[in-house]
Amino acid sequence: MTMIDQDPLPPRASTSGTTATRATRLLGLATIMSMAWLVAFGLGFSPADRDQEEAVRILYVHVPTIWIAYLAFVVTALGSAIYLFGRNHSLGFDRLAGASAEIGVAFVAATLVVGSLWGRLTWGVFWRWDARLTTTALLFVSYIGYVAVRRLGGSHHQRARRSAVIGLLAVLEIPLVHWSVRLWRSLHQEATVLDPGGDIDMDGLMLFSLFVGVVSFTLLYVWLLMHRTRSMAMEDLLDEQGLDVALEARRAEASGR
Amino acid sequence: MKRRQIIQLIAAKDLRIERHSRVVANQILPFAGVTMVMFGFALDSSDVLERVAPGLVWLATLFSLLVLVQRTFAIETDDGALDALRVAGVDPVAIFWGKALALAVQLAVLEVVLLGAALVLYGAEMHVGGVLLLVTTLVAATCGLAAVGTLYGGLAAGFKGRETLLPLLVFPVVAPVLIGATRAVESALGTAGAAVSEGWPWVGLLAVFAVAFGVGGSLAFGPLVDE
Repeated sequence: MTMIDQDPLPPRASTSGTTATRATRLLGLATIMSMAWLVAFGLGFSPADRDQEEAVRILYVHVPTIWIAYLAFVVTALGSAIYLFGRNHSLGFDRLAGASAEIGVAFVAATLVVGSLWGRLTWGVFWRWDARLTTTALLFVSYIGYVAVRRLGGSHHQRARRSAVIGLLAVLEIPLVHWSVRLWRSLHQEATVLDPGGDIDMDGLMLFSLFVGVVSFTLLYVWLLMHRTRSMAMEDLLDEQGLDVALEARRAEASGR
Repeated sequence: MKRRQIIQLIAAKDLRIERHSRVVANQILPFAGVTMVMFGFALDSSDVLERVAPGLVWLATLFSLLVLVQRTFAIETDDGALDALRVAGVDPVAIFWGKALALAVQLAVLEVVLLGAALVLYGAEMHVGGVLLLVTTLVAATCGLAAVGTLYGGLAAGFKGRETLLPLLVFPVVAPVLIGATRAVESALGTAGAAVSEGWPWVGLLAVFAVAFGVGGSLAFGPLVDE
């Protein structure tokens, strides 16, 4: 009778009280190992930069976190679209979108914090009013808004529909914000690795460290996403069951036991 | 009934309610005015005020927009009027455009008053050459702000905590309007030696914004209020 029954819940999540499965445990282990690698390469093996000196090591966290945050927001938009336009309006995709946005917000926060530290070391200031910084800050606030909309209350499908619309409006909003801020000003260092020209102008070991960073944070993202999606499914189930229990109690009361 | 007639009816209804209640005239316009005076206290220098006058006009507009949007949806949700409209089978696209039209009219009045306040209080000056740019900017920015305000107002309408959520949702979205409209008005007024021709690309940005959120709002408003 509950709406959530239509959605396949992770088998273990619904019964055992944990969100872990064999797959997530293995993934977690892989994440820890690759993070150890990242520490070794980022802080140890990779050389200091000619201009940025030791500060360059911050970029092994700064760059992967923002890439994965973009990925997370793309996943949010896709999950929102599949929920809204899909035939069965599966709440599973809504939870995927929500979980991905939460992780994305955390990753953008990490990007902004380590980025401002890098800025202090390299530019001498924590913040500059350039296009990419400003756009990223607005992106951060926008998705905090998205997460807040998810908590407005109402039924699960109301929540899903509202947040899916906001998740898709972000696709409209972000290019406009980016374009306007770019018109406004731009000083940021041009993209080095994702240069449209195609030449990657970086020391080999540095590039490899960056690669390790991207792999580590991707693993971390997937691991967090699986756990968060499952814990959201459990929260939804708890809501529904709480309602059922209350209804049963009322019925028992009305029938005079 | 044709969609155009429904839009006119809804917009006329909102404006008639305003004519009788005078909430915008007696509360929101004075609020916008006092905001301009407060900016004067904070910046405390006629040179600085003249330089930043266009930006302050748009900041005051955005603050007032939030209050306006809350007002425009309070009249719908207080008596469950929005639900009644939906139950009566009124096209949500027509509701969106009707509400946005009424909001745009009120915003336009507000912007003219604020611009007048900037001329009087901050010593900003009008030039004949910049009038066309100024009017186009006002129209384009008003359309964009009304579409965004109606869309997000409809989303937050009828839920606890909407007063606090609305600013968080709306401000990042309207950042392009603040940037574009400020630069365009700077050019129109010739602030800090800006030429009128520099303002037109910003009007382009405002127009794209208005079209994007007009279309986006038409598509999204139905699913949002259809609950």
